[in-house]
Amino acid sequence: MKKIESIEELEGKARELRITTLKMIHAAGSGHPGGSLSAADLLTAIYYRFMRFKADQPNWPERDRLILSKGHCCPILYAILADQGYFEKEKLMTLRKMGSILQGHPDRNKTPGIEVSSGSLGQGLSVAAGMALAGKIDKKPYKTYCILGDGEFQEGSNYEALMAAAHFRIPNLVAILDYNQIQQCGMVKDIMHIDPVGEKVKAFGWKVYEIDGHDMGEIVMTLEKAQKDTQPVFIVAHTVKGKGVSFMELNKDFHGRAPSDAELHAALQELGTVTSTQHPAQGGVA
Amino acid sequence: MAESVKLNLSFDTSKPEATRDGFGKGLVIEGKKNKDIIALDGDLANSTRSEWFGQEFPDRFFNVGIAEQNLVGMAAGLALAGKIPFACSFAGFLVNRGHDIIRISVAYSNANVKLIGTHGGIQIGEDGPSNQSMSDIASLRALPRMVIVNPCDALEAAKAVEAFVKTKGPMYMRLTRNKLPYFHKEDYKFQLGKADIIKEGKDATILATGALVAEAMKAAKELENEGISTRVINIHTIKPLDAEAVLQAARSTKVMITAEDHNVIGGLGGGVAEVIAQQQISIPFRIIGVKDSFAESATPDQLFEKYGLSYPHLVTAVKDLMKRK
Repeated sequence: MKKIESIEELEGKARELRITTLKMIHAAGSGHPGGSLSAADLLTAIYYRFMRFKADQPNWPERDRLILSKGHCCPILYAILADQGYFEKEKLMTLRKMGSILQGHPDRNKTPGIEVSSGSLGQGLSVAAGMALAGKIDKKPYKTYCILGDGEFQEGSNYEALMAAAHFRIPNLVAILDYNQIQQCGMVKDIMHIDPVGEKVKAFGWKVYEIDGHDMGEIVMTLEKAQKDTQPVFIVAHTVKGKGVSFMELNKDFHGRAPSDAELHAALQELGTVTSTQHPAQGGVA
Repeated sequence: MAESVKLNLSFDTSKPEATRDGFGKGLVIEGKKNKDIIALDGDLANSTRSEWFGQEFPDRFFNVGIAEQNLVGMAAGLALAGKIPFACSFAGFLVNRGHDIIRISVAYSNANVKLIGTHGGIQIGEDGPSNQSMSDIASLRALPRMVIVNPCDALEAAKAVEAFVKTKGPMYMRLTRNKLPYFHKEDYKFQLGKADIIKEGKDATILATGALVAEAMKAAKELENEGISTRVINIHTIKPLDAEAVLQAARSTKVMITAEDHNVIGGLGGGVAEVIAQQQISIPFRIIGVKDSFAESATPDQLFEKYGLSYPHLVTAVKDLMKRK
């Protein structure tokens, strides 16, 4: 388990994971870069600063759990799991290919470190609540994190889960909304607005934080506070879809398509630190 | 919740009892043995009988309100954290409202969730088609990994609960609201996936499931009186279907019918047809069930008669097929 304490190093790790993610999606020829990039800082903070797990024992009963409810953003999660040692980094470039352990959306039976299969939206929060409830019943202190999408938050099932987690006073449950403002067909606020999402969730009985989801210091500080909260926690993380690559930022085209060769090159230049001159398919994983 | 009444966990096989009652007792019996069993209900606990478990084990019972998606989702989370959750509601609500969660969070995830759908079929009667369920088996049969069990009496339901606890993986049990006679004694050995021959016969075979086993037994008696020796096989496990037993029956009797309180599309009859057709077995065959229509409000007996499920319809079908042989 790689642990990173300093904010600056966490930021560096997030940049490295963004690079890996884009190379993976480019090699796959399809996928969802925008939502992976928007969640990169949040997931980096969780996996390198807070979560307790054993990569060589993915089913260690005491582990903290993370559910990627917005399953289409799995490339960034796969990049983290490989970096943390759940499986070999070489596997990353097999994303979406026949026979790969890395499916287009998470499959818990194929990929070590994936807690639940997902990809049909609006299911993760209930599953996370159930996992956290099991911890409450067994008096185990493990945390269950759930990463939600803003478009996904239009699914009504989320509100059933919000009610239940508050009603049963389920502790050690931390949901994080990656509020990157864009869904497949455009801006969330134009398609079906979810605001004021923080106030709504608060009204359900959750402890709510609103943060800048790209400010590593604020992310870490908030997750620190969430460790001590006894009621379910909901973090509205204001983010930018495609964060880190100027031409992908808030560009709905990159919700669900892979970058071309030229776009990948331009993106890697922007993200800097292209240390390897190898072609991605040759294993040039950052 | 009603005032706590001491629950009688025994089975009086001389008196008819609903399979939901057998489930309710079975869950309490298993709950005493295994602390990992959790029950969740979509606010129908007094109807599904999960309330009995809740009275016995209040710390392991959760009424999640009228929210079937969350009911199934939380069950998936509990299962993936090592619990054995039983998610209970009416079959029609649980399977249909919860279907996508069942598909991804339960079946695709291979979560050890036990789905309990009571009030299966049109047999619930007066509440009408919105509360009747006749597509649940078809819906779940097409999901990989899903095991489907439809007990024919209360004892079998209780034994099925035990099997559900012992066997890992996603499973669905469909139960009746109404009372059914017993076809088994206390020493009955229930085996998941194994057809249960409850009456031998050499001319005709009735493959029946759930509430239709009782109709099949009445039909067999009448057919015997008319000189047609009729075998009745209780197909409690609809998936995986005991193909060997089906083929053996198809080869050793002259005609075969299936009988279920479910649509004729995609249920037991569909499963049996898939097996025999793909073995190129040519046998006079008919699927007895609701003929792809919504039923209506009426008494269970009236509905069974009107929609072709009562035993005289089975008798007619067998006799008709015997003429074609």
